[in-house]
Amino acid sequence: MTDPTGTAPGTVLIKGASLLGEATADVLVAEGRIQEVGTTPGATSAADRTIDADGLVLLPGLVDLHTHLREPGREDAETVLTGSRAAAVGGFTAVLAMANTSPVTDTAEAAERVLDLGRAAGLVDVQPVGAVTKALAGAELAELGLMARSRARVRVFSDDGRCVHDARVMRRALEYVKTFGGVISQHSQDPALAGPTACCHEGELSGRLGLPGWPGVAEEVIVARDVMLARHTGSRVHVAHVSTAGSVEMIRWAKAQGIDVTAEVTPHHLLLTTDLLASENGGYDPTYKVNPPLRPVEDVEALRAALADGTIDAVATDHAPHARHDKEHAFVDAAFGMLGLETALPLVATVMVGSGLMDWAGVARVMSADPARIAGLSEHGRPLAVGEPANLTLVDPAATVTIDREDSVSLSRNNPWHGRALTGAVRATLLRGRPTVLEGALQ
Amino acid sequence: MTRHLLSIDDLDAADIAEIFDTAAEMHDVQRRAVKKLPALRGRTVINLFFEDSTRTRSSFEIAGKWLSADVINLSAKGSSASKGESLRDTVLTVTAMGVDGLVVRHGASGAAHQISQWVDVPVVNAGDGMHEHPTQALLDAYTLTRRLGSLEGKHVAIVGDLTHSRVFRSNIKCLLALGASVTAVAPPTLMPAGAGEWAKSAGFATSYELDPVLPDADAVMMLRVQRERMSGGYFPTAREYTVGYGLTRDRLGLLGADTPILHPGPMNRGLEISADAADSVDRSVVLDQVSAGVAVRMSVLYHLLAGEETR
Ligand SMILES: [Zn+2]
Repeated sequence: MTDPTGTAPGTVLIKGASLLGEATADVLVAEGRIQEVGTTPGATSAADRTIDADGLVLLPGLVDLHTHLREPGREDAETVLTGSRAAAVGGFTAVLAMANTSPVTDTAEAAERVLDLGRAAGLVDVQPVGAVTKALAGAELAELGLMARSRARVRVFSDDGRCVHDARVMRRALEYVKTFGGVISQHSQDPALAGPTACCHEGELSGRLGLPGWPGVAEEVIVARDVMLARHTGSRVHVAHVSTAGSVEMIRWAKAQGIDVTAEVTPHHLLLTTDLLASENGGYDPTYKVNPPLRPVEDVEALRAALADGTIDAVATDHAPHARHDKEHAFVDAAFGMLGLETALPLVATVMVGSGLMDWAGVARVMSADPARIAGLSEHGRPLAVGEPANLTLVDPAATVTIDREDSVSLSRNNPWHGRALTGAVRATLLRGRPTVLEGALQ
Repeated sequence: MTRHLLSIDDLDAADIAEIFDTAAEMHDVQRRAVKKLPALRGRTVINLFFEDSTRTRSSFEIAGKWLSADVINLSAKGSSASKGESLRDTVLTVTAMGVDGLVVRHGASGAAHQISQWVDVPVVNAGDGMHEHPTQALLDAYTLTRRLGSLEGKHVAIVGDLTHSRVFRSNIKCLLALGASVTAVAPPTLMPAGAGEWAKSAGFATSYELDPVLPDADAVMMLRVQRERMSGGYFPTAREYTVGYGLTRDRLGLLGADTPILHPGPMNRGLEISADAADSVDRSVVLDQVSAGVAVRMSVLYHLLAGEETR
């Protein structure tokens, strides 16, 4: 396939799109960049391909800070290629591939391998995340500097799936990544407070169902500790998948103090609640088993408000594909995680734009510009302006799509949105000027 | 009557009364020289136990056999996940052998509920993790009914490790459904998450202290304390637990002379229950619970499995 580091041949004219949901214009793309923006670009007649974008919203290509691609190690659940397909269909032009593969991405060679697999797939820029500690064991720092200096230019480090719970290790990691402007993305969860068998939100429902739970405070104490460590070290910390109102308060406070902290929220934490585990709602369905767990509605509302007011910087999918047989266990024993790449945009459109909490410029900020800035990806999340890289996404804001898990291009089917009707659909994705998706279909 | 017995939620007061009526008839059969009834002749019931429990398995086995069912015990402990097989695969393999009913014991909450969605035969939950143990609650309530008459307005104290107890979760629902009032007694560390909210919406009381509860109790249900909880920091020492929450010889004096004492077994003598309480001839109904267990399980199997032909 095409080397995504290269640019697309030919010219593409996007006709009559609403830029960030506002003014309508034609956009001419050539040599991987936006050449002209206006009502009648000069080269209109000369374009090799014209996309009729009447009624569609043009956004900068989406960037996902938090994707699990499972390769190497669990290619039966997802590969870099199939995950790239899902990302492109979801409107993404760049994804950050989490390090908890098997083997773990904790060396320069491992990071370069993921980068190369992404280039071979050629559908999105796959940017590897490096592990913070060797084998995610939480004890010794991984070779952070070698990963940063490798071809993969790793800037985001995370033991995601696990919390860097030793405060001393976290402090050293924060100090060390200052050398190359890196950031530690933390899966905030005190393992001592959560316990080894925790599998859902701790509250009245988990008490009734007899499920071991994570209290919100297990997340909040780590967020509180990490922002203090970030202040002490003068370094940058990123809070992955924030799930509680208490964490939001802590992040809001830290930002007000000038501490360098950013945060992401998943689409499912913006919409789904822990009540889905009650037997009257089908009960114990491992599709809804996710880490951090689904929380009560008060938390969900706080997360939406925090995303709207900028306390939470970004939406990240935490796309976590699993083979069927890893989910078909008793709830306590089933794997954590749900699919997210293909449904992220319609979910944000439904819950944030549809409710009036955010406009399309806001969506571009939380799903493209800020994730790119946090990850240090200079060619993504750019304004829709002449000379900028043509990483673009076209969305039909009026389309209503009923999600069918069998329609997925992911290898896995652990889709919590099956059967739900969502508003907003990705129609086209362009990576450096080359359409990877047109009319909703992979190219 | 429901198709499966997964939770006490599957039953209303009328269902429970019906189970008790049939259990009383089954109880009489137990006293006969020849104990067999033909009700489930030609039926196969599999006791599918993912977690060891000799007493519950034996009770279901005897219940099935006295109803003339072919009862097969399968220990699935340590299988599935370790061999890369899913729980669903394991269960579908077992049911494909040709089975008319499954009695399932599993260490994970919700397992019986999940299994019932994968198979097309009745499933009886014989204990799922910390969630429910509905036949235990039925046999406890049946034992109490025989002792106290109707449970309407009676006050029952349930004492011990509530957080980890499926017996508690089933009993609270069963006793409330039968009109009893319940006080759940435990140290704060062994109260389920959100117990206050749950108690309020379900309509039971909670207490961190045992002594004030006992004088008003018409029955006391002591729960087993799992030894492995002691290292989990739930309470400081066994001695301290016994002083706070054990049914000690001294505390017996707070109870009526014939107030029934229940325990699901096996008992930790000297920890949650003193020998004086366990062996109190007028009060301990621990052995009555065991014999009622067979009768109640016969009744449950009968209601779920007899009549399946005409389904
Ligand atoms: Zn995570």
